[in-house]
Amino acid sequence: MSVLSDDRQVSAGLTAPRKRRRQDLTFLFMALPAVILFFVFHTYPAVQGILYSFTNFKGFGNNYDFVGLRNYVQIFQDERAMAAYRFTFLFAILSTVLVNAVALVIAIGLNSNIRFRNTLRAIYFLPNILSVLIVGFIFNYLFANLVPKIGAGLGIASLSKNILGDPHLAWIGIVFVAVWQAAAFNIILYLAGLQTIPYDLYEAADIDGAGPWQKFRNITFPMIAAFFTINMVLAMKAFLQVFDQIVALTGGGPGTSTESVSFLIYKGGFDGGQFAYQSANAVLFFIVLVVVSLLQTRFLHRREVEA
Amino acid sequence: MTHGLTENRKPNWIVTALLCVAALTVLVPLYLAVVTALKTPQELAESVFALPRQIRWQNFSDAVRLTDFFTAFRTSALVTVSVVILTLVTNSLVAYAIARNQHKKFFRFLYYYFISALFIPFPIIMLPVVKQTSAWGMDNPYGLIFLYVVYGLSFNVFVYVGYIKSIPRELEEAATIDGATTWQTFWKIIFPLLAPMNATVGILTCLWAWNDFLLPLVIISDPKLATLPLVQYIFQGQFSTNYNLAFASYLMTLAPMVIVYLLAQRWIISGVTQGAVKG
Repeated sequence: MSVLSDDRQVSAGLTAPRKRRRQDLTFLFMALPAVILFFVFHTYPAVQGILYSFTNFKGFGNNYDFVGLRNYVQIFQDERAMAAYRFTFLFAILSTVLVNAVALVIAIGLNSNIRFRNTLRAIYFLPNILSVLIVGFIFNYLFANLVPKIGAGLGIASLSKNILGDPHLAWIGIVFVAVWQAAAFNIILYLAGLQTIPYDLYEAADIDGAGPWQKFRNITFPMIAAFFTINMVLAMKAFLQVFDQIVALTGGGPGTSTESVSFLIYKGGFDGGQFAYQSANAVLFFIVLVVVSLLQTRFLHRREVEA
Repeated sequence: MTHGLTENRKPNWIVTALLCVAALTVLVPLYLAVVTALKTPQELAESVFALPRQIRWQNFSDAVRLTDFFTAFRTSALVTVSVVILTLVTNSLVAYAIARNQHKKFFRFLYYYFISALFIPFPIIMLPVVKQTSAWGMDNPYGLIFLYVVYGLSFNVFVYVGYIKSIPRELEEAATIDGATTWQTFWKIIFPLLAPMNATVGILTCLWAWNDFLLPLVIISDPKLATLPLVQYIFQGQFSTNYNLAFASYLMTLAPMVIVYLLAQRWIISGVTQGAVKG
């Protein structure tokens, strides 16, 4: 304590400019260690990844050569990589649309005049706190054992076997689990948005004799357009990086039919000796993500203004 | 509640009923997970849906033994608690320095430096960072803690800076006139005022550190040092035939966050909303 009070007297005795300078130094000292660590463990690896993408490095040993853009050219000729991009995009677009539709409907329901509001809200949010990997394992079992029984009972041939074992249907399982888990988060966000809408707007609409659809189109949706943008961009960005769901449900299979880009980079980079090649894939993936996010934000923002 | 007026009207039972039915899509899988964990394999073969005739706690004790559950639990708990505390203490401090100096080029640059990193997908740094951490002996829970705290900066600086800017400077100026140093001002005035943001960041960080799978998967090389999700992954590969054991093990991994959720539901929901709306 005596150190503190000494310090206080000294700093109180300093002239104003000296005190300022000392304060500036303190601020610098607060931020600098974090910046250096962030650089060493985030920026530097990212730069390294970009550099490796121009080499033929295998991930071990130290002998490698620069090969220019060869890795990049090869990705575009690599049917497996292109399939991963196609799968990732179809998955992300479908899941984003579904998750937003489901979340918006449920959020509107939760925001209307219902009983058990808090309990229902708590239930719908629950999936968001659960580990995606373990949720995936649980659904993996349900798809293998429960769904076929129900499918057989109902006499639906395509459901009476494990859809995760079918290269043409496995994606359905992955979309289902992804939407099941992610809807929770989007529901809460939409609910937050809906609660900012003043109730008089609906009363005025009632007086004008507007129906439920008109109220949704002309009041609800325009008022939460900003939340719609946030949800679409965040969901798309998260779904494009899908990884845990794939590991838990299909491991990229059957064959390579459900390999996402993140999964391919992980698998090829660590197990396949394709360190440099998958680094190039990661750089390409980064560019794709940035472009998609920017386009989406611009497009959706323009809609917001019109609305 | 902006919808205060609705309280006076009759509740909409149709919407309530529809929402209750739809809630089953959340509850049924969880119900199945719980009953499966409490059954014998024979009972499970007879009916997936039925309640267990006799609760079989042995599934849990067997799962604890086979997965060395408590070791992994301690690792996950150590990682999660350390990451939350260190993140709150350090990330808010960095954000404070940035928020109060944004008129200076250097700090403005730092702000954009951190938030632009939000766009960088993990796969791009994944391969090099694994080489780096294993070369520096950081392929263990301590390395993991370190990386979570550092990687959290991107998002946390963003949300903290937005919040700190809304705190009037007069408070700090008064403290400075009274002779408080910048450190004292931060700890005694700003940090307590950050409580709502600290709750948000703490919750999001806690969920992230507890549930994350990819970072432990690539960083941790020794299975004895694995976190809980990683252990479930290894376990799934080895004992995929006994579902009852596997589900007992899954439930024990999910349980801590579910308990935290039941206790702090309101703060968690509002915390997550705040974080996401800012993000």
